[in-house]
Amino acid sequence: MSLRRPAKNQPENFEFDSSSLEAANKIVSKYPEGKQQSAVMALLYIAQRQNANWIPLAAMKYIAKFLDMPYIKVYEVATFYTMYNLSPVGKYFIQVCTTTPCMIRGASKLVEACKEKISENECELSNDKSCSWMEVECLGACVNAPMMQINDDYYEDLDKEKTLKILDKILNGETPKPGSYRGRINNEPENNRKTLMDYKNA
Amino acid sequence: MLKDQDRIFKNLYNDMGSDVVSSQKRGDWVNTKEITDKGRDWIINEIKDSQLRGRGGAGFPTGLKWSFAPKEVGSRPHYLVINGDESEPGTCKDRDILRFEPHKLIEGCLIASYAVQAHVCYIYIRGEYFVDGQKLQAAIDEAYEKKLLGKNAAGTGWDLDIYIHYGAGAYICGEETALLESIEGKKGQPRLKPPFPALIGLYGCPTIINNVETIAVVPTILRRGGKWFASLGREKNTGTKIFCISGNVNTPCNVEEEMNIPLKELIEVHAGGVIGGWDNLQAVIPGGSSMPLIPKEKCETLTMDFDSLMAEKSGLGTAGIVVINKDQDIIKCMARIARFYKHESCGQCTPCREGSGWMWRMLERMAKGDATKDEVDMLGDVTNQIAGHTICAFGEGSSWPVQGLLRHFKKEIEKRNNLDPIVQKKNNIPYLVDQHLLDKKNA
Repeated sequence: MSLRRPAKNQPENFEFDSSSLEAANKIVSKYPEGKQQSAVMALLYIAQRQNANWIPLAAMKYIAKFLDMPYIKVYEVATFYTMYNLSPVGKYFIQVCTTTPCMIRGASKLVEACKEKISENECELSNDKSCSWMEVECLGACVNAPMMQINDDYYEDLDKEKTLKILDKILNGETPKPGSYRGRINNEPENNRKTLMDYKNA
Repeated sequence: MLKDQDRIFKNLYNDMGSDVVSSQKRGDWVNTKEITDKGRDWIINEIKDSQLRGRGGAGFPTGLKWSFAPKEVGSRPHYLVINGDESEPGTCKDRDILRFEPHKLIEGCLIASYAVQAHVCYIYIRGEYFVDGQKLQAAIDEAYEKKLLGKNAAGTGWDLDIYIHYGAGAYICGEETALLESIEGKKGQPRLKPPFPALIGLYGCPTIINNVETIAVVPTILRRGGKWFASLGREKNTGTKIFCISGNVNTPCNVEEEMNIPLKELIEVHAGGVIGGWDNLQAVIPGGSSMPLIPKEKCETLTMDFDSLMAEKSGLGTAGIVVINKDQDIIKCMARIARFYKHESCGQCTPCREGSGWMWRMLERMAKGDATKDEVDMLGDVTNQIAGHTICAFGEGSSWPVQGLLRHFKKEIEKRNNLDPIVQKKNNIPYLVDQHLLDKKNA
């Protein structure tokens, strides 16, 4: 299990804005009547998006009222799942996969790059407070290792230099292009494709 | 090598686009009504004839699973749940289906829902695949627009709604009962079985849970016949499978191949060989991180299917192959996998919660050579205390890779760790009443 603590400085109030409210009502309607608790995970995401990428305790209380469920149940879910950020992470949140398939292809170099560019320690905001990074477990893009995720996007087939370039762009406020950084097409064997050639050449 | 016309996922590399029109060109959604008109029993029998086994790791026969759903819908509705919480290190096949072949999955959902009499289907996708989930959502919207979903879906007379439910970074939610808990809006902690989800599942209703790949191959099997699928591979290990080859190979890739294909062919032909040549191979994890590794000697002749890997005391799992060459420190690799399991344990059962961290800390010390001689056997003992003593299969999943390491690389560990035990056994303790027990040979 991983240890997860809420941030010390918490805002007093939280409320969904109109677009969040619309999205939340749409999600609740996906589930059978009386089972609105199912929407709690999606609603926490909505709160996270609205509140600069992290979830304050006030948002959990708000969601508990919204879904008519005990606050502790929302707190339980928010602390159990690792994708809910319980403290500020910056506008760009960088997650570097370091599980074995990425590790043996050099994920530690990506970590070095993050340490140089962003902050010495994990989960620490950069000097301009715009981004933070952390090591995470397998992100499920093992054939594109090593890779990292910035907010929703995957950046694949990296090495240290490419990572440094990506981080530079982010620190300048740009959003770099996601996908493979060796120019290969999705998950095909690079320059070694032997299957479905008719479709490739079609 | 499998012929291209026998490949099910023709758009695995997205050469053609994943929208509904190009999917229809590839044969999706053609005559879906004809398939459902043949009836539930025909569909389930055809899947049984194809000997399709679940692609999520356990390899349970799919046709049999579907036949567990109650024949008549009682007071409680039936549900179909698709497991797309792909988090096993080494595996990234479902992601390609979600983003490049979504209509195969959606059509499979319709047919499977019809077969198990479900009107609502939830697709559970891991939260990190948000972008890929959006692509699936776009495909679902497209299908609603073309009347392939909703009331009288695709003209079959069956009503079906499909909803996506995003996970939030918990590996354990790939376990089917934890996944149900998660959809119900709780912590993802597995339930005791029985009762099995086929009778009491989501919201206490009968629920059939299948992997993304399993459901996505169903329409093609029914179109081409169970016999065709059964003719590929070998008895009880039939059909095709997407293999993910990652790690120290020249061209890591996803590739669809026949079951029972030699491991060496996968690595040499599709993945461009091991970095540093075949002789530089150290070990292979054949089916995602929870399957015990296999040393080089056995890789020469190994074939990739459920039963032949079982005979090697490993397993096909999700067919995520991680190749480790001699430039890597094998103990460190396994210590990192142990750290993964320590991080992902849900904390419900004590042996797993405490044991996974214990194994990780021991392996970290062993990688550095800081462990004592007796700890090697102690580590084996710890794995045996976890496996089989937990509610779900996570206990096995976390201890098998360590057991695999001990089985094949024990010498390597012992060579590096030869410190004397911290607590020395003394044979003469003057105040001990039970001295007679210590005098025994095996004391």
